[in-house]
Amino acid sequence: MPQPPTVPSTFTSSTDEPLRVGGMTLASRLVVGTGKYASHAEMAACLEASGTDCVTVAVRRERLINAAGENILNHIDLSRYLLLPNTAGCYTADDAVRVARLGRELLRELGNPGAEWVKLEVLGDTRTLLPDPVGTLEATQRLVAEGFTVLVYTSDDPVVAKRLKDLGAASVMPAGSPIGSGQGILNANNLRICMEYLKEGDPDYPVIVDAGVGTASDVAAAMELGVDGVLLNTAIAHAAHPLRMAEAMRAACFAGRQAWLAGRIPKKLYATASSPDEGRIARPA
Amino acid sequence: MEITVIVNGQSREVPAGSTAADLVTALGFAGRPLAVEVNEAVVPRLRLADCRLKPGDRLELVTLVGGG
Repeated sequence: MPQPPTVPSTFTSSTDEPLRVGGMTLASRLVVGTGKYASHAEMAACLEASGTDCVTVAVRRERLINAAGENILNHIDLSRYLLLPNTAGCYTADDAVRVARLGRELLRELGNPGAEWVKLEVLGDTRTLLPDPVGTLEATQRLVAEGFTVLVYTSDDPVVAKRLKDLGAASVMPAGSPIGSGQGILNANNLRICMEYLKEGDPDYPVIVDAGVGTASDVAAAMELGVDGVLLNTAIAHAAHPLRMAEAMRAACFAGRQAWLAGRIPKKLYATASSPDEGRIARPA
Repeated sequence: MEITVIVNGQSREVPAGSTAADLVTALGFAGRPLAVEVNEAVVPRLRLADCRLKPGDRLELVTLVGGG
């Protein structure tokens, strides 16, 4: 009797390279956020199911009252996950630089190799959470000068992307669509131009789509464009079933990457038969 | 005698002569993952005990939370 097919529990390719960014090597091409989960336990399960080995964290004030609340670090295995501290919620370059320095101090104390990293966000306004390109450029320059490895959240504007790379960003991370919007990749052509600009003469320069993912096909679509990785949070954390979505994201990331490496067929207007014309018993149309 | 400092945006009385390390301990944060900024400059953990607080100092005591 034939055996039922087995579903692979892991997705790896023996012929693919790992993601290299800012002096680090990541086994997974998904970077997953740790915010907005119903519980720390759910977060931990989703991180594991997603296959990621790099997770983002935010820097916030300690609560002076009810300080007994459990710290998220009790639920993140620091021997397993590289932490990527962000500057989320900053609307000026000054604030982003301050938060980056505080994140570095926290991670140095923890001995986490992500200490010299920062996911830089300088936002323009609270409604769209779109990046402020002027503040983002300024903060990138200052943080690079201070020795930070800067992974920078930006829009899908190819000119800004190029300027950020020129300033020394270790990775440019264009948004697919606004943060947490779930709209997926709104302008694939802009991303294609970003890729051209950023990888011209430097094919290994890492480009990561950061923000906007709504579901698994968005991750696959981004990876099929040839980006090196995808960073997401809300799409898993706020799915009806986060753990299942984390598994879907892992599979989608692998599928999209494999499809990009495999090289898709060109799109054509008319059909091409898959079965041979020769030997048909039917009369020609 | 006490002096007033601003901790995470809130006024707080501390004994004159206190250090940033004393404040961290008084708040029960010793041993927790924490970074401290005094007047917008990070003070590394090993130097908290040398950082004597002055009236009006603005401190930020931050930790890591979930984020994207």
